Amino acid sequence: MTKSNIAIELINVDKHFGAVHANDKVNLSVKTGTIHGIVGENGAGKSTLMSILYGFYQADSGQIKVFDKDFRATSSKQSIEAGIGMVHQHFMLVDNFTVLENVILGSEGGALITESLANARVELTRLAKEYGLEVELDIAVEELSVGMQQRVEILKGLYKGAKVLILDEPTGVLTPQESDELFRIFEALKNEGVTIILITHKLREIMNITDHVSVMRAGKMVAHRETSKTNPEELAELMIGRKVLLNIKKSKAKIGKPLLVAKNLEINNEQGLKRVSEVSFEARSGEILGIAGVTGNGQGTLLKALAGILPLTKGSIEIMGETISPKSRLNPEQLRNLGVAHVPEDRQKMGMIADFSASETALMGYQNDKDLNQGIWLKKSLVKANCASIMEAFDVRPPNPNLMSSNFSGGNQQKLILAREFERDPEVLIIGQPTRGVDIGAIEFIRKRIIQMRDAGKAIVLISVELEEIMSLSDRIIVMCDGVITGTVNGADADEATLGMMMANALESPAEVKGAEV
Amino acid sequence: MSDFFLTTVLTFDASVRICVPLIFASMAGLFAERSGVVDIGLEGKLLMSAFIAASAASVFGSPWLGLIAGMFASSVLAMIHGFASITYKGNQIVSGVAINILASGLTMILTLAWFKRGGITPTLQNDERFLSITLPGVDIIDHIPIIGVIYRELISGHNILVYLAFVIVPIVWWVVYRTRFGLRLRAVGENPKAVDTAGLSVEGLRYRALLVGGILCGIGGAYISTAYTAQFTKEMTAGAGFIALAALIFGKWHPYKVLAACFLFAFLQALSIRLQGVVFPVIGEIPVQLIDAAPYILTIILLAGFIGKAVPPKASAQPYIKEL
Amino acid sequence: MTRDRRLSWINGLLLPLFNVLTAFIATGIVFLFIGVDPIEATKILIYGALGYDEGLGYTLYYATNFVFTGLAVAVAFHAGLFNIGGEGQAYVGGLGTALVALYMNPALSAWIVIPLAISGGLLFGALWAIIPAYLQAYRGSHIVITTIMFNFIASSLMVYVLVNVLREVGEMSPESGDFIEASWIPFVHDVLANFGYEVTRSPLNMSIFVALFFSAVVWFFLWHTRWGFAIRAAGKSNEAAIYSGINPKKIIVVTMCISGALAGLVGINELMGVQHRLFLNFNYGYGFGGIAVALMGRNHPVGILIAAFLFGILYQGGAELDFELQNVSRDIVVVMQGLVILFCGGLEYLYRPVLIRYLAPVEASE
Repeated sequence: MTKSNIAIELINVDKHFGAVHANDKVNLSVKTGTIHGIVGENGAGKSTLMSILYGFYQADSGQIKVFDKDFRATSSKQSIEAGIGMVHQHFMLVDNFTVLENVILGSEGGALITESLANARVELTRLAKEYGLEVELDIAVEELSVGMQQRVEILKGLYKGAKVLILDEPTGVLTPQESDELFRIFEALKNEGVTIILITHKLREIMNITDHVSVMRAGKMVAHRETSKTNPEELAELMIGRKVLLNIKKSKAKIGKPLLVAKNLEINNEQGLKRVSEVSFEARSGEILGIAGVTGNGQGTLLKALAGILPLTKGSIEIMGETISPKSRLNPEQLRNLGVAHVPEDRQKMGMIADFSASETALMGYQNDKDLNQGIWLKKSLVKANCASIMEAFDVRPPNPNLMSSNFSGGNQQKLILAREFERDPEVLIIGQPTRGVDIGAIEFIRKRIIQMRDAGKAIVLISVELEEIMSLSDRIIVMCDGVITGTVNGADADEATLGMMMANALESPAEVKGAEV
Repeated sequence: MSDFFLTTVLTFDASVRICVPLIFASMAGLFAERSGVVDIGLEGKLLMSAFIAASAASVFGSPWLGLIAGMFASSVLAMIHGFASITYKGNQIVSGVAINILASGLTMILTLAWFKRGGITPTLQNDERFLSITLPGVDIIDHIPIIGVIYRELISGHNILVYLAFVIVPIVWWVVYRTRFGLRLRAVGENPKAVDTAGLSVEGLRYRALLVGGILCGIGGAYISTAYTAQFTKEMTAGAGFIALAALIFGKWHPYKVLAACFLFAFLQALSIRLQGVVFPVIGEIPVQLIDAAPYILTIILLAGFIGKAVPPKASAQPYIKEL
Repeated sequence: MTRDRRLSWINGLLLPLFNVLTAFIATGIVFLFIGVDPIEATKILIYGALGYDEGLGYTLYYATNFVFTGLAVAVAFHAGLFNIGGEGQAYVGGLGTALVALYMNPALSAWIVIPLAISGGLLFGALWAIIPAYLQAYRGSHIVITTIMFNFIASSLMVYVLVNVLREVGEMSPESGDFIEASWIPFVHDVLANFGYEVTRSPLNMSIFVALFFSAVVWFFLWHTRWGFAIRAAGKSNEAAIYSGINPKKIIVVTMCISGALAGLVGINELMGVQHRLFLNFNYGYGFGGIAVALMGRNHPVGILIAAFLFGILYQGGAELDFELQNVSRDIVVVMQGLVILFCGGLEYLYRPVLIRYLAPVEASE
């Protein structure tokens, strides 16, 4: 019995989704008892690869070995049996089940669950003690915080006997404190011999806690490094492929009068939960105001309120001479008529309609325009002609207004949406994630256009999860954490470290910052 | 007074008889919807089973063979529903409608083809149908006032399927809340992805749930044509499948509450027969049609959220498409 | 041809064609099962429906009803709503028509009474759809369930109205008295006779032109007005609609009213056109038939006209089969309806994987 110390080995794993080559002959080897990071941009194929390992998808070709045994999973069942557990980015929990019920689902042991629940209770209590994973067992998971739900997911894996635990972007939804807690748990697991595969695009996490790191780019595995022998700069370069200097030249901002003034905003999200409070700022003509923050700290909710999609519960927004307050709402259409354009964060769900032709997607929000309608008749030939001209202006390819929106690439879809919003010559631009899931070439193009709009004297509010994007575009940056503004800096003075602290709302309490760095 | 008492007992007795197919069909719907498959084809399955059961009972001379044939026919329809809505991820409501219409047409066509009479099957002889069972001790208890009448009229004197209906509800409860299958069933209707990533087959679970539903509907249909009456007649289920669906919603997908809703709706139906032409002081005659429509109106009011809230299983009506 | 083109051919033409063919073949199997030669049956069916002018008249008369209910289902579908309540909306719409046609001043001109009676049908059909629509939009009650319930409530309501309100004194059967003559929509054979063409009497009446008119209106409305755009946007994506300044709740209510109004037109063909009185279950089966028609016609007015004509053929031809053959009744049409809904609706994607594999394989990417 030869026992190597390799837990997972992938050899030439290949996977297509339709025309998309998600994983291109990927090789990977993960040592037992280590924390192995896999980094890459969104869409690099990390999640697909791990889902293959977890049996959720099947590889088209290639070989997988788990603890030196050939492994082929047609469902997650085999993976679980082989000792692999996975914590997905979106938790796989049944909301109205208790923690205990969630944990035993799929590994009940017998046909009746009373006994299974009792056994699980004993086992979970033991695991919780061993790894510091205390959770209340008889509470419905929907009542737990996100961090606690993640613990349940980890417990699920451990209960099912996982010796390899895969975590997909585990910190994306966590507060900095919760993240620290999670990393502490990682250490405890590692000490017990559990192998951890951490998928992330946050380089800081990789540097802090992993032993090894592998880099993926466009479906290919491009490099393997020992964490101690690499640095964030090298990893970033490997992720992106070439040293891209997206430092777009911009002239000094010619700042004019405020076009949008937000005072003491308090906003609830769609579920009625308060996500933004006491937020005040101004966006002035000729400047880009960047709003930075970890995803889910209220920026998205703020953006929707500025665009008229969500109502205010407190405060007011003065915009182009009109006032929005909890009592007087303006809907997205009224705001558009005032000259407020909105590029939504979620392109697929909100910015376009996949089954609509490009010309129809280009009409969204402007369907009631006077020049496009004659009486009850919507002038479709004019709509198509307009679409063709904005497609040309923004180099949308292929420039075919009749093509279904879903048939364009992500970058071209985004350009079509930007073209729709920019070409009406608005005064205020509210832009969310302008380059998410967009190829490098398009990123450059899009950023230049945003700068052009600034130089044309528009007021621009920009939200992005990419700190680099916020820093390279913004003239002024406000940082949000947990629904409140935790800092304001000039674009020129901004550095990643300070912004990071503000994003964690750690500036006022230096002790915690120290703790985080240990 | 004693007349009123007897009438009340007899109305309850009628309610029990009307209730039976509602119970079987709504329990069938409970399995389907708990697994995340909306089943508006209950009516069609009841009808098909009623027809096949009556036909088989008549041809083979046995109510039990009729019952088995009915369960089989109803299960076939359930599997068609599954094939369309689980395997091919079609619209669950559309395929439910298809099953109802198909059953309605096929029963008419097949009665004509097999028995040369459009819409009816031969009348069943006593040995070809389920007959009332007199429970032991009726004679003894009969002398006791009130209890005697209740025992004789209400509790005793039903056929085996009636007793089965009332036994099936606690069994359903036990299966749903105390067994592994039940745990997985509830999970797959709420979050099929959680089930898939736990290494279980979403499709397998949903097919099994529909199969159980098919069998239960089959018993309900067989009851209508071989126990409640003695032959199949055109459209004889008369909306029972839809009332069962209403009861399922009214009982918020919980076996005991659904049973209560079934009984309430059955009682309203029994009452509407009793009250035909009865003139009350002050209010006058209550329109029978109003009582007939009451189950639907009550369900609408519940759905509107004016009396509690009916929240269906989260994943219901959504085909499971595997993606992250 | 690019792959996208091929895919759109597959989805737009081949798939619906294969689905309809499968439904026909399945019906053929049912024929074989009951000992009827399907080819013989098809011959009788087609001759009965199209072979002589009276048959054709009946075919078009049935088709008229299916156009109305098919359009009703399709309009709702474009807003992402499944209106399963066409049956009840048609029924109650008939009441609206009847109230006008019974109680207007008989001295008025048909040019006034007929449009008013049609409006009565539109209005009552819309009213019967508005409560389920409101409950879906503002209380989140699932419209499929509520419209089913409303079909049954409509049924009880109409029995009550016919038995207790509209039934004439001394009449036994639950039906209204005769409509005023000014409300009668002329028969096509009468109109043609005026122009000197003699055709055999049939129930076909000028309502068919109302059906054609509303098909054109629906087409124009959905694809050539801003409201149609709003409906289709809301039907595709709630979030995208809100983003575009469209209120999806309003869309639900408005669309369902339009849908109910269209279903409410069945009464003009049946009541004003043919029977000239209101009676029980005049709507029977047309609401559900409309689902089959809309699915088969791909929710497009042109497709719906074709599908409705086909169902007209089946209804009339089915009656002929009933007459000619011993072993089969016109209920075969109901079986076929069920099969069409199953194969064009529930099993819509049955052939998709196969067709895509052979006709539009994924090209290997670089």
